[in-house]
Amino acid sequence: MSPTRRDFLKATAATAAVMASPQLRVDAGAQLSAPAADPFVLELANEALTAARGAGASYADARVGRYRQQAIATRERQVQSVSDGESFGIGVRTLINGCWGFAATSQMTKDGVRKAALEAAFMSRAAQAVHRRRVELAPVKPVTGNWITPVRRDPIDVPLEDKVALLLATNDAALKAKGVRFVNSSVQVLREIKTLVTSEGTNVTQTFIRVGPEFSATAVGDGDFQSYDEELAPRGMGWEYIESLQMPGNAERWASIAVEKLKARSVDAGQWDLILEPTNLWLTIHESIGHPTELDRVLGEEANYAGTTFAAPPEKMLGQFKYGPPFMNIQADRTQEGSLSRVAWDDEGVPADQWLIVDKGVLKDYQTTRELAGRIQKLTGVARSHGCSFADSWRSVQFQRMPNISLLPGEQDIGVEQIVAATQRGILIRHSGSWSIDHQRYNFQFSGQAFYEIRNGKIAGMLRDVAYQANTPVFWNSMDMIGGKSSYWLGGAFDDGKGEPAQSNSVSHGCVPARFRNVTILNTARTA
Amino acid sequence: MSAQSPGPAAGGGTLLSSEQARALADRVLKLSTADETRVNITSEWSGNTRFADSSITTSGGVTNVSVRVTATIGRRRASATTNVLDEQSLKRTVDLAISLARLSPEDPELMPELGPQTYPLIRAFVERTADLDPEVRNAAVKRAVDAATAAGKPAGTVFTAGFLRANANAVAVATSRGLFAYHQNTDAAFSMTSRTPDGTGSGWAAAGARDWSRIDPVSIGRVAAQKAVASRNPQAISPGLYTAVLEPQAVNDLVPLLANALIARSADEGRSPFSKAGGGNRIGEKVVDDRVTLYSDPADPLLLGRPFDLEGLPVGRTVWIEKGVLKNLAYSRFWAQKQGVEPIPLSGGLALTGGTKSTEDVIAGCERGILVTHFFYIRSLDPRTVLQTGLTRDGVFLIEKGKITRALKNFRWNESPLLMLNRLEDIGRSELTEAGQMMPALRIRDFNFASSSDAV
Repeated sequence: MSPTRRDFLKATAATAAVMASPQLRVDAGAQLSAPAADPFVLELANEALTAARGAGASYADARVGRYRQQAIATRERQVQSVSDGESFGIGVRTLINGCWGFAATSQMTKDGVRKAALEAAFMSRAAQAVHRRRVELAPVKPVTGNWITPVRRDPIDVPLEDKVALLLATNDAALKAKGVRFVNSSVQVLREIKTLVTSEGTNVTQTFIRVGPEFSATAVGDGDFQSYDEELAPRGMGWEYIESLQMPGNAERWASIAVEKLKARSVDAGQWDLILEPTNLWLTIHESIGHPTELDRVLGEEANYAGTTFAAPPEKMLGQFKYGPPFMNIQADRTQEGSLSRVAWDDEGVPADQWLIVDKGVLKDYQTTRELAGRIQKLTGVARSHGCSFADSWRSVQFQRMPNISLLPGEQDIGVEQIVAATQRGILIRHSGSWSIDHQRYNFQFSGQAFYEIRNGKIAGMLRDVAYQANTPVFWNSMDMIGGKSSYWLGGAFDDGKGEPAQSNSVSHGCVPARFRNVTILNTARTA
Repeated sequence: MSAQSPGPAAGGGTLLSSEQARALADRVLKLSTADETRVNITSEWSGNTRFADSSITTSGGVTNVSVRVTATIGRRRASATTNVLDEQSLKRTVDLAISLARLSPEDPELMPELGPQTYPLIRAFVERTADLDPEVRNAAVKRAVDAATAAGKPAGTVFTAGFLRANANAVAVATSRGLFAYHQNTDAAFSMTSRTPDGTGSGWAAAGARDWSRIDPVSIGRVAAQKAVASRNPQAISPGLYTAVLEPQAVNDLVPLLANALIARSADEGRSPFSKAGGGNRIGEKVVDDRVTLYSDPADPLLLGRPFDLEGLPVGRTVWIEKGVLKNLAYSRFWAQKQGVEPIPLSGGLALTGGTKSTEDVIAGCERGILVTHFFYIRSLDPRTVLQTGLTRDGVFLIEKGKITRALKNFRWNESPLLMLNRLEDIGRSELTEAGQMMPALRIRDFNFASSSDAV
């Protein structure tokens, strides 16, 4: 094993070790090169654009997607399911008199795509019946190019035997842990080839590769059971990432944590200082910073589904709202290596961007698309879209989705051990568990996978039935210590839902461990 | 379908017929050299209109046909799916399924594919739902927005946002052992949120059905705005255990989460609230209040579900809980064979019944309690008790002496749909809450409202 493929999961229950930053670069083997657009695809996309323009569209885009997805799920010593999916089609978006229309079809013929374009134009016109605001698009320079997620090994091409063998070896190792009765492991891999052609002259083809491993063990005791899920972050990376996790080598240790949980003490509810490892904190960032700063949500466009946000209206929040302490910097980034939301161009052909959402503790900007950018330009001075347009399939319309949103490391390069050592009475939480947050992103409640009591700067034993509940601004302003760059870790979600019809987005969140003071801890055990 | 419509703007004529689906399935089956092959076909149309700030933000229409091939070689099985339907692609997909199956390890739990079965014909396809083209949808949205604007007047100009969608699907299952099943259905759903301009009130209403004519956009718009107006300036009360009156849509958010607990294998393996101490499951035991009955039945004229599952196994009526007693759990074909019982699919819609009162009467019968419109962001906390956490949303009100007296702030709650059905005080008449689901209003004692939320 190359020394650069370091094991960043070697933290043991007893030592609360630092989650060191994974070395994502691989030092051997060539990276795959980016394929150009299929001429057949280009011909159909251009046919659709011509039809849309002919039907009166002032702007149109045609997005062709060819998706390949594979999923393997195992339990104990058997394979539960193996599936492979291919999906191919076109989505056409039209703008007529400031109204959007969108239609998608899997009929990939000239006639099929023309019909879709005309249907989209028909919808644009029909939308004028219920219409108050004209859509205005922020300018973008037309681009031409190809891009691929930097990988050495396309996970779709890895033989199934190798994938199954890795998972079954993982389960086998996990079942060696005494008391473990059930083990599940799985991996899903995805390759998307997306071609975007716009009436403004953009023509880009991108190949995205993502992998998502999962591991869970359940121990059954005296009329009781406890599960433990290892936090295996999904990534925008190749199969080499899955191998670097060393699942078979680590599984027994992971599984034994489920057994330990059976004997853990049920937590005393009340106020505690809380230390969150990056494997837990990434999800809290996602829910309490990522979603509240989506500009479509700020403007009410998600009101009927995902909700609105406390971080509104922009004129009262930007440059004024104190999200957290002065050492809190939150960066949005679609360029980050290994991240799930990395692109070269978004689904409107806007080049990938990197910008601060929270600067020295104060809200500075939101997530934008071409349609949204102009709505806050006077406040931010930013004319361009930040490139947050995304559609999860050829069949879905693109809209504002979350880029990678990360908590930047503190100046002092300390890790979780130093934070624990500086804490008199607290709870350390590792890995993500149950999560829930209200529709304006104030009140949240999160759990985890493993919980440890801290007394006088030391780990004093394992706890269970723990959830933390807080109000977003109060919580972030209670943060008083964060780790430095060596403790940075990139977590993420493969399937983040938003929109109607619901769409799924993959997004990463990097962060360092952090301490929060006087947080409400609940005991989640209830029997009647 | 509108006369001006240039393309498949509505779904009526775009689905595969039974004959077309059978012909496609036969083409695929002929290409397969596997020991056994199953073909699942989904032909779909959907159309939607989304709006916010009283303007349409996006509309969309999709047509798609996908084919899933499941190949079995000995005791090895795998699937591949495609929506590219030319001969070459279908062949590639069949070959891929076969090669994936060959590479898969033997599955000791593998059950042979099913042969011919008989199914009742269930008329779940409603033409007028499949004909909801953009013009008809947008006209409905306009009526709802206008109704909300009128009903919201006391609070000024209310903000409205919502979503209307219509789907039409044809699904078919065919196996190399001669099974063929085909079913068409439609469903429509309309939901709307209304917010007052002062930012302190929010209301919501929704309806769903297989038949679009059962959905009244004007009523949805009016109720959403009325709730927004009534929920202005909510007051905080201390979190704690309160009697709760859950409207049918709130019950619809919570009770279906019991489904995961209804799996026999999890119960038999000690991983479910229906596991018996010392082994086995709790079928035959009283698990909730005597008044509660929970069932699935695709032939129920209000549920209208698909009469078969993905393997083509017929789905009939299953009573899960009858008058509080656990009567059945879902058995996969493998687990059924192992336990010596008949398989029972977890499918066919879901209905909770037991009362005859209207929601208004359930409210009128409440001395003091909290009325909940619906829930949000529900996540599991503890599978041993089906304990969930989540939030209330878009209208929470105090009930005193049978009347709504004031608006309350939202709550986070931690509660179990199973445990709460043991604290039942009153149950209303079951009504259609979405296509394939019927739920009543419930009055629950000691509902755990765990903390306050500032969200409006």
